[in-house]
Amino acid sequence: MTQVFIPSQLTSYTGGATRVDASGATVGSVLDDLDRRFPGLKFRVVDEQDRVRRHMRLFIGRRETRSVAALLQDGDELLIFGALSGG
Amino acid sequence: MTDAIQLLVGTRKGAWIYRSDAGRSNWRVQGPVFLGSIVNHLVLDPRDGRTLLMAASTGHLGPTIFRSTDDGATWTEAAKPPAFARSDDPRARAVDHSFWLEPGHADEPGVWWAGTSPPGLFRSADGGATWDSVAGFNDHPSYWDWCPPEAGTPDGSLLNQIVIDPRDAAHMYVATSSGGVFETLDRGATWAPLNENVRADFLPDPYPEFGQDAHYIALSPTNPDRLWQQNHCGVYRLDRPGTRWSRVGEAMPPEVGDIGFTVVPHARCAETAWVWPMDGTDVWPRTSPGGRPAAYRTRDGGASWERQDRGFPTEQGWFTVKRQAFCADDRDPVGLYLGATNGEIWMSGDEGESWRRIAAHLPEIYSVVAAPLRA
Repeated sequence: MTQVFIPSQLTSYTGGATRVDASGATVGSVLDDLDRRFPGLKFRVVDEQDRVRRHMRLFIGRRETRSVAALLQDGDELLIFGALSGG
Repeated sequence: MTDAIQLLVGTRKGAWIYRSDAGRSNWRVQGPVFLGSIVNHLVLDPRDGRTLLMAASTGHLGPTIFRSTDDGATWTEAAKPPAFARSDDPRARAVDHSFWLEPGHADEPGVWWAGTSPPGLFRSADGGATWDSVAGFNDHPSYWDWCPPEAGTPDGSLLNQIVIDPRDAAHMYVATSSGGVFETLDRGATWAPLNENVRADFLPDPYPEFGQDAHYIALSPTNPDRLWQQNHCGVYRLDRPGTRWSRVGEAMPPEVGDIGFTVVPHARCAETAWVWPMDGTDVWPRTSPGGRPAAYRTRDGGASWERQDRGFPTEQGWFTVKRQAFCADDRDPVGLYLGATNGEIWMSGDEGESWRRIAAHLPEIYSVVAAPLRA
């Protein structure tokens, strides 16, 4: 189980929750799990080619990743942020 | 329906809906809706008079479509927004934003079309809940020639418009910012360029088969064989079945020129249309020429144009009107509405003879759609 930090830009999907649990062995599968529970969330973060959107940032703990194939260990935390951009 | 009008306003920071009284004199506002979202288009379904579709994204989040059936009080997100097919091609495309939403033909309830950036055509058969890529255009063998990624356009190349022949659901036109106008006779299965005699002065061949920047195209409501086009390089008219456009903008005053983003045909007179010129000289300021905003109207099919500026600033007025932000209603006399880049909405209740500002201080306006207001 992975704890996921949800940024303000996405709390409309999670009913206001900023921390939710999700399951999956990779970043992509965790996002898939989130999308099942909060429909539409994944596509706002990752495009149809599985690329993290330009103004979004993902961290596994303190390590940034832009790959949905990045592996997660049990107990890892996935943090989703809006970048300091967006206009 | 009543004589009242609603204006569906998309901005860089959310959507607003303005609703008038029967005289189009007083307006009340609803909004902001989705404050902070980039709303490129907000459109009413004329087939049921109640369904609204909104093309939205944010500075951070990817694009989506929202739908309302209660006059914008509540919204449901598309379960499957427009998206290109998954691909391992290094040029694999991803929708950056949906730009244009078009209700399908009157005989096809529930069908909607969407144009995106990068240029893509998408279709929904379920009222906007799920969208599919239209392979006939998006996977056309000439797609990368028609829509080269290096073509430019400040916010990304666009399939910026979809026009459906009211007599035939299978007959459609699309306008793009990097290839010009294309036509299909089979509901989008096959496409052909339709750009003869349209200038592209930014290319080595100034009159190519495709490559033009078609800012806006519009069918005359009373004569669907008449197409108007505001192109990057002038104002054009095409009478079908002809295929050669005429540059009717050459009749505009030379000090104003015929560069602009949009053209608006009259609801009942095929000879009448309006354009909103902008400064396309030297570095392309794209402001009102000379700082004196004005619409120009033709009543003879583009043979001549008259200036309509009563009510607008007479000096130091530098706003721009983008391609989706100038429209007309079908009342008599026709009402005209424009949203400006400075966040003002202007209207004319007398076919452009005089103008008044009905809203100010909005974010940069991207689109204004006039629609009948239900009783």
